[in-house]
Amino acid sequence: MSIKVDPTKCNGCTLCVKACPVDAIEVKDKLAVIDLDKCTLCSACVSACRFKAISIEVDKQPAEDLQNYKDVWVFGEQRDGKVAPVVFELINVGRQLADDRSSELSVIILGDNLDEAVADLASYPVDKVYVYEAPELEIYDSERYCRVLTDVMRDYKPEIVLAGATTTGRSFMSGVAIRLYTGLTADCTGLEIGEDGLLHQTRPAYGGNIMATILCPYTRPQMATVRHKVFPTSAKRCEGEAEIIRLTPKPALFGSRSKFVDFVETVGEQGNLVDADIIISGGRGLGGPEGSAPIRELADELGAAVGASRAAVDAGWIPYAHQVGQTGKTVCPKIYIACGISGAVQHQVGLKSSDVIIAINRDPNAPVFDIATHGFVGDIFEVLPALTKKIKALRGAPADSCVIQ
Amino acid sequence: MKICCCIKQVPGTTEVKINPETNTLVREGVETQINPFDLYALEEAMRTKEKMAEAGEESTVTVISMGPPQAEDALREAISLGADRAILLSDRAFAGSDTWCTSYVLAKALEKIEPDLVFCGMQAIDGDTGQVGPGIAVHLDMAQTAYVAEVVSIDAKKMVAKRLIEEGYETVELKLPALCTVVKEINEPRTASLRGKMAAKKAEITQWGAAELETPEDKVGLAGSPTQVVKIMTPPCREGGEKFTGETPELVDKLYAELKCLEVV
Repeated sequence: MSIKVDPTKCNGCTLCVKACPVDAIEVKDKLAVIDLDKCTLCSACVSACRFKAISIEVDKQPAEDLQNYKDVWVFGEQRDGKVAPVVFELINVGRQLADDRSSELSVIILGDNLDEAVADLASYPVDKVYVYEAPELEIYDSERYCRVLTDVMRDYKPEIVLAGATTTGRSFMSGVAIRLYTGLTADCTGLEIGEDGLLHQTRPAYGGNIMATILCPYTRPQMATVRHKVFPTSAKRCEGEAEIIRLTPKPALFGSRSKFVDFVETVGEQGNLVDADIIISGGRGLGGPEGSAPIRELADELGAAVGASRAAVDAGWIPYAHQVGQTGKTVCPKIYIACGISGAVQHQVGLKSSDVIIAINRDPNAPVFDIATHGFVGDIFEVLPALTKKIKALRGAPADSCVIQ
Repeated sequence: MKICCCIKQVPGTTEVKINPETNTLVREGVETQINPFDLYALEEAMRTKEKMAEAGEESTVTVISMGPPQAEDALREAISLGADRAILLSDRAFAGSDTWCTSYVLAKALEKIEPDLVFCGMQAIDGDTGQVGPGIAVHLDMAQTAYVAEVVSIDAKKMVAKRLIEEGYETVELKLPALCTVVKEINEPRTASLRGKMAAKKAEITQWGAAELETPEDKVGLAGSPTQVVKIMTPPCREGGEKFTGETPELVDKLYAELKCLEVV
């Protein structure tokens, strides 16, 4: 295994030097020289080179016959028997992948008393629903879920496994991949079957500043967690029905060294931040805890979730669970309304995959305007209450012609 | 009690910019930092040590990082913040490790230390996967929980942790040894003391490579990694649209019209 620069192709252009995240490349006498003590073999330079002068060679063969693996599986995450919204997005992309591979799409659901959830899943275009019910699985337990899902995967050998990039999916799927010694790509935003028949998984890294395409060539299943709201929700099935397969629980797998104590729900009717279609966020411009009132009022009116910048959270005006950005959550709603947020890079990384960004800020030079689809230079304490009032007054009024495109 | 904290050295974030001409990452200098989430993990490790001391039990905080030789800087910083001991896991053979191999190497090191408690940040700000912490616990076959926002109680045998999930807070009890990944809400990290800075200068950083950890060649680095990065590209920069100025009623009308277009009012 090594990284090599082909001196006949390299012309010393320094593109690789600029691309290297660890500063491991220097150009000496018009030739890129890689410091192997610094290089992490991340392959950023390989992609950056326009002359195909840099290559990383991996000498590796599959350990088993990969042909034994087929079908696409989606992890049907549920809480209290209610299927997580992201699952229906996974069914949509999973259906496409299964069709491209001429294979079947299955959903596996773990829990207890799942009849309603199973009926719900079966009404979507999946070929099979695997149901694994046991009282011990009623509440998520990372150790138990990991062991059970690993065991089922070993028996059924799916080729591709998708889970939502939720707190549940991100934490226990890692363990499943560890136990199966296979690859798991986190937080994918693009999934497609390449000409090589492999799952090409694209994900953002470095706070969305780069997109990496990742393969899992030699082991199966190819596993990915998928970000919310990137793929549209699947339509319901129009014909046929899903086969429902009840798996026999193996109590030997149910041991765990953790115990559920309690759960305190903190989200209101608007649901959680990552699932929200509209997010209204406040920043330093709120000026104090009472400053969030106009944001909450508008959020109630629009059925939106409330977000916050780090400044508003660190000042104690809005709880941490609402923080959007590098040390908070990454969100991709249809509409993100940033109110009194200057828009530091650390905040931008959390919201820039939103479809539409609206920014309201008094400071015309605030960096948030550099990424906002529509910017409004104004005082949030005047604009927001007036807007809320107008929405209330005109609710149900006929659509005007679109003033702004 | 033996407490460990896994940290990662990451690029200083503000420098991550895109050069519009070459469409590549601009990285001025080689400024680095400890991954912000790991600072909360380290602080919690320190606080746990202090809590245990009040209960009459001596503890040590060992901080571990896997990375290139320069990750030593991050470990020294961790010592300045109060860690007792630091271990750098560095070897050419580890380069190119994906989350499977990274969690394997960290687990092999932890195996030698036999910790009662391991803290990790919920994710690193460069890779953003959140997979390494939970992966370590599975390699070590120990109890674990992710996204911890509060350690409610802890003694020599068990801990109660409150974790922040999408819909609220879930409280779980874990038997030790256990691993927790933490979110920002868990604490407010202290800054380095003068004494800490002196200690950091003098500290000996233990270095372990593939030989010390007895990691087989085919389970680490690019060779051991199930995933491979085949392409890296920079997405087009998001550009700002029109910026409206004017009196409040005017702005409100425009804003309303826009929300109407978006079919939300």
